[in-house]
Amino acid sequence: MAKEERKAMPKSMKNPETSFKELVDLDVKTSTETKVEDLTKEKSISMYKNMENIRNFEENAKRFFAAGEIPGFVHLYAGEEAIASGVCAHLSDDDFITSTHRGHGHCVAKGGDLNGMMAEIFGRSDGLGKGKGGSMHIADIDKGILGANGMVGGGFGLATGAAMRNQYKKNGKVVVCFFGDGASNEGLFHECLNMASIWNLPIVFVNENNFYAEATPQWYASASNTIAERAAAYDMPGVRVNGKDLVAVYDIAGEAIERARNGEGPTLIECVTYRNYGHFEGDGQSYKAQSGEEKEWAEVDPLNVFREYTIENGIMTEKELDEIREQSKKDVEAAVSFAKESPEPSLDSLYEDVFAD
Amino acid sequence: MSKDKLFMNAINEGLDQAMEKDENVILLGEDIAGGADVPHLEEANEDSWGGVMGITSGLMPKYGRERVVDTPLSEMGYMSSAVGMAATGLRPVPELMFNDFIGFAFDAILGQASKMRYMFGGKAKIPMTVRTMHGAGVNAAAQHSGSYYGMFASIPGVKVVVPATPYDAKGLLLSAIEEDNLVVYSEDKTLYSTKGEVPDDYYTIPIGEADVKRKGEHLTIVTIGKMLFVGLEVAERLEKDNVSVEVIDLRTVAPWDKDTVIESVKKTGRLIVIDEANPHNNTATDIASVISDRAFDFLDGPIKCICAPNTPVPFAPNLEQAYIPDADKVLKEADDIIFDLKS
Repeated sequence: MAKEERKAMPKSMKNPETSFKELVDLDVKTSTETKVEDLTKEKSISMYKNMENIRNFEENAKRFFAAGEIPGFVHLYAGEEAIASGVCAHLSDDDFITSTHRGHGHCVAKGGDLNGMMAEIFGRSDGLGKGKGGSMHIADIDKGILGANGMVGGGFGLATGAAMRNQYKKNGKVVVCFFGDGASNEGLFHECLNMASIWNLPIVFVNENNFYAEATPQWYASASNTIAERAAAYDMPGVRVNGKDLVAVYDIAGEAIERARNGEGPTLIECVTYRNYGHFEGDGQSYKAQSGEEKEWAEVDPLNVFREYTIENGIMTEKELDEIREQSKKDVEAAVSFAKESPEPSLDSLYEDVFAD
Repeated sequence: MSKDKLFMNAINEGLDQAMEKDENVILLGEDIAGGADVPHLEEANEDSWGGVMGITSGLMPKYGRERVVDTPLSEMGYMSSAVGMAATGLRPVPELMFNDFIGFAFDAILGQASKMRYMFGGKAKIPMTVRTMHGAGVNAAAQHSGSYYGMFASIPGVKVVVPATPYDAKGLLLSAIEEDNLVVYSEDKTLYSTKGEVPDDYYTIPIGEADVKRKGEHLTIVTIGKMLFVGLEVAERLEKDNVSVEVIDLRTVAPWDKDTVIESVKKTGRLIVIDEANPHNNTATDIASVISDRAFDFLDGPIKCICAPNTPVPFAPNLEQAYIPDADKVLKEADDIIFDLKS
């Protein structure tokens, strides 16, 4: 079968002829269907700025990883910016998130300091983790970031526990648990959705379905057609949204977060997306289709989708958008300079912070 | 005031006092109250099991289901959740019913709790005490009888305590709960019905300090958990042959008290370690390694590690008894460093 004719054909698909586009569009909500009443200019600016910051952060991470200046592994979030930006726009520093191995985007959108993040992935002492965590472990608890997480699915429990704490403290705070399509097949996903539901926890599970868990397609690995429909097993709402459409994500996430804040319990949101790059940098990505519907979906740029939306709706002008883009480039370049100038961690620090005193 | 109490009641009293002192202390686990959502129990504000061994009995009626949380059978789910609770300011005490169930839940300890503070550059605290139960001796067979405290102890970022007496059980538990770090508190199921003096008041025993349970001059025996009583029996029996044995109850397996053991070995020149764990890469072998490195010149013979065999725990009562190290086994297997001491 030619690649452009490739069909999604897991044995469990209700219709074995489902095409990639049909898979993307299955029950999906987009901004044409959603009404955004409180999408203010201020909110639009901050969300767009986050998307630009994420994109520029990732392009620089890619560049300096390729140059051998960033050690280890990096898993880039480019292409998925609308999800972190649209969801975190509803959160304050006191609301926690848990992130994934592909975590730079969530950390930027949740207010992680660009300098501290960049220094961290360069392995320098001014990094958020003093250079001892790296790309997969960026965290800033004061900003409500319970950490990127190198264990796929590792965030479910942390998020559920943080939500249990919020419920016990009756503090009106919510937790957002970001996770990928691969993580939805981990046992912890099921255990935590079940617990969140029986205890009616203030938590929103935000799935980022980029269709590939490493090199394995979601349509192969998941018995259910969508991840959102798994919510039914745990008696919570499950919504599928176009994850490249910031306005749709913002809207759907806002509703779910509001429900959680009001004590109405958890929601599962599946954001359909795609990653611009490989699982990690260095991945040859031979599993991705080079033409056809999948390629067309890959080429939808969430930043452009939002730019067009804001211009069409008179929220921002092209000039304003360009200014944000240029400022973001400068800010991220400054973060790279900060990282490069930051010293390596002292050798003494090898032994520090294993235990709290 | 101080009176004789059961080991299990000492733990219950410790939990009660920790919960009374700090409203952030939350217990969670499977059937630690039992009977959640059962109308006749709810009406009467009663728990059912109070833990599979009854250790947490009475705490739910006193503190409510918000603080004594019965979880679904989801070890990975609630153990990982406990890490999230701890990282966000609570002081959870999850109960992993049997330490053998850790396979389901290990990421909570291995992947998350033990590493978060380090990975986050010192910006996280994980004040979490995992209560769990180890040990053979009740014919519970291979999946409910293992002794895995040494496995936890091999992970940086984890403290591990194994009490042997009711007094130590309460004091170490209160220290563990006060710790701003992950502590695995491992209870030997055969000790629950043992008795000993326990003060009524709140008190702590420092983590990392061994306790010399019997003073001696000729031979040092280091024990973990219920192996204390094997060590004490060996000491009694050797006393008849005029061999004076020092018995050190390790109490904390990680970080274990090197100073106390080294000081004792410097005095006696001979060391036996009794550990119910399987024999390879366990606490006994770690102690042997450290002592042979740091006190070699004081040793008058090889260090003897008396452990369980390298097998799962068998079911048949006669096989299980043969599995657990006892005084006869110690005296036989360590005879080459004992026989010349006898007179």
